[in-house]
Amino acid sequence: MSEKYFWSGNIAVAEGALRAGVTFYAGYPITPSSDLMEYMARELPKRGGVFIQGEDELSSINMVIGASIAGAKSMTATSGPGYSLMQEALGLAVMLEVPLVVVDVTRLGPSTGQATKSGQGDLMQARWGRHGDQYTVVYTASTPEEAYIMAIKSFNTSEKLRVPVTFIIDELTAHLWETVRVPDNIEVVDRRLTDAKTRYFDSDNPLEAPPMPMLGKGLNILYTSSTHDGFGYRKTQDPEVHRRLVERLKEKVIGNTSEVFEYEIIGDPDGGDVGIVAFGSVARVAKETKTILEREGIKTSVLNLLTLWPMDYELLRSFTENMNVVIVPEMNLGQLVYDIYQVRGRDSVYPYNKIGGGEPIYPRELAGFIKEVVGR
Amino acid sequence: MKHPYLRYLRPENVPTVFCPGCGIGIVMKALFQAFDELGYETLEEFVFVSGIGCSAWIPSPHILADSVHTLHGRAIPVATGIKLVKPDLNVLVIGGDGDIAGIGGNHLLHAARRNMDLMVIMINNQVYGMTGGQLAPTTPYGMKTTTTPYGNPEEPMDTCDIVASAGANYVARWTVGHYLQLKDAFKKAMEKQGFRFVEAVSQCPSRVSSRIGLSPADHIKYYLRNSVDIRKAEELLPEERMEKIIVGEYVDRNKPGYLEKIKMVMRR
Repeated sequence: MSEKYFWSGNIAVAEGALRAGVTFYAGYPITPSSDLMEYMARELPKRGGVFIQGEDELSSINMVIGASIAGAKSMTATSGPGYSLMQEALGLAVMLEVPLVVVDVTRLGPSTGQATKSGQGDLMQARWGRHGDQYTVVYTASTPEEAYIMAIKSFNTSEKLRVPVTFIIDELTAHLWETVRVPDNIEVVDRRLTDAKTRYFDSDNPLEAPPMPMLGKGLNILYTSSTHDGFGYRKTQDPEVHRRLVERLKEKVIGNTSEVFEYEIIGDPDGGDVGIVAFGSVARVAKETKTILEREGIKTSVLNLLTLWPMDYELLRSFTENMNVVIVPEMNLGQLVYDIYQVRGRDSVYPYNKIGGGEPIYPRELAGFIKEVVGR
Repeated sequence: MKHPYLRYLRPENVPTVFCPGCGIGIVMKALFQAFDELGYETLEEFVFVSGIGCSAWIPSPHILADSVHTLHGRAIPVATGIKLVKPDLNVLVIGGDGDIAGIGGNHLLHAARRNMDLMVIMINNQVYGMTGGQLAPTTPYGMKTTTTPYGNPEEPMDTCDIVASAGANYVARWTVGHYLQLKDAFKKAMEKQGFRFVEAVSQCPSRVSSRIGLSPADHIKYYLRNSVDIRKAEELLPEERMEKIIVGEYVDRNKPGYLEKIKMVMRR
């Protein structure tokens, strides 16, 4: 059974977050994410949560960190420039192991660029935007319905791994209104808490996040952005403590790749004439392109990536290795395509890149490009 | 016999890391005396939030309480997030002038405007001490620092004036030489709602006092000689004011704090 709603992608994200149990939102207006924020401003106080508009993105993300440390499932939403401003704090959240979700409603950069138009240029920023060795999780969605599910998944992964999660939704999907089917039963994960004195910042099993300490219980917790031992004591000289901490923070994400990784394959995963690898609104275009191509006898499969980091390279390899050609359409100048190069080399891998004006990649246009490539 | 204020300190971190002669020790004692006089046996109901800089090290790792040591400039927003989720906790921010008024100045301004239910202690040594004594937004006009080797061409900000104008409930400045007034300001601030800001002007023996040829003790005496009460400061000409450290209470009022304001608008 399921209920049906008529939602935009941004509203679907907000509703997914509420279903996941978000009780704190801090944000700063920026196109094209502001309508998500306005929705939360209206809904959160009614549903027992706290909403506050920060004076900038720096304050917003840092308020979210404070709220999460205090025990609330917490989030913000922003877009490219605002997301850039939040990067230092996301590094802090990685280091303090603070769960939170940042929604990046991606627009067309660089800089102010074409601020109201859709783009997918933030993929590498989401993966690598912070200084130092650090690993986070990046999810995305190609439809409002997926956005609802993936927003919940974002919170679940974040709470389970004590890691900040970025949820990328491109402007085209964010402002697309359509029917969303909401399932009755959906898993919601709550963080593991402790009111006992234990190691809040270390774990013998690096795949498992340590429990989060509760404030105000007399634990005398030390959260510090400096390198710290399992109890939070600053260790800024000891190479062993630093190595152990940073390697564990990496392993917590990379080691859980199969656990956190979400995707969808449309068509035959084991081979064909054409394999298309895409994410966001472009994945939806790829599905339509498949229909066009198959009418003309070109066997096509689509890999719709719902996770952009960590990457399941084994899946990418197995999907692409038996395709005659692999097409990687993106609304940027080529970012995801480097993952395909990594598993398959550049042979018969064709990026298709379109930027500017907010024009989607049209299915006929992509089909035309693919037919030309296949005919070579 | 054990010093009574040791109960507020992590024993493994005593003695502290601060330079000999630093004013931070005086600020810490005044703060502990305020806790003691208000009857806090433990600091269980406090959360200390700090940014980056010498003063940020007061709570982390020294004070025996929950503490969150964050990024440079961002202690106030992190503290805001904590307070909004856990309104029953006393959230106290401690930082230096560079951290609170410089890089974090926008957050300070807006937290004061919101009358956010936080207490902020800003220790003002007029330089960036931890990084070697560079120009701060509070550095007096003409003063030589490592980044103003010919003298500071900028005029300093009166942080208390700005925070009071922005809407805080309580704002006071004292130097570390005014120990009792400082302690009483801490006590008063702790008992109030809304945004409370106490600035403690302090000597930096390593980066300032030594450079201008003063011992820490002489530097404190200089502060005392050079201070003027806020009530008398109004009679001074602007250029005279600039030469002085204005001390006293800039504002003391009881407007509803942010948490109360949320309730008020939701009831409407």
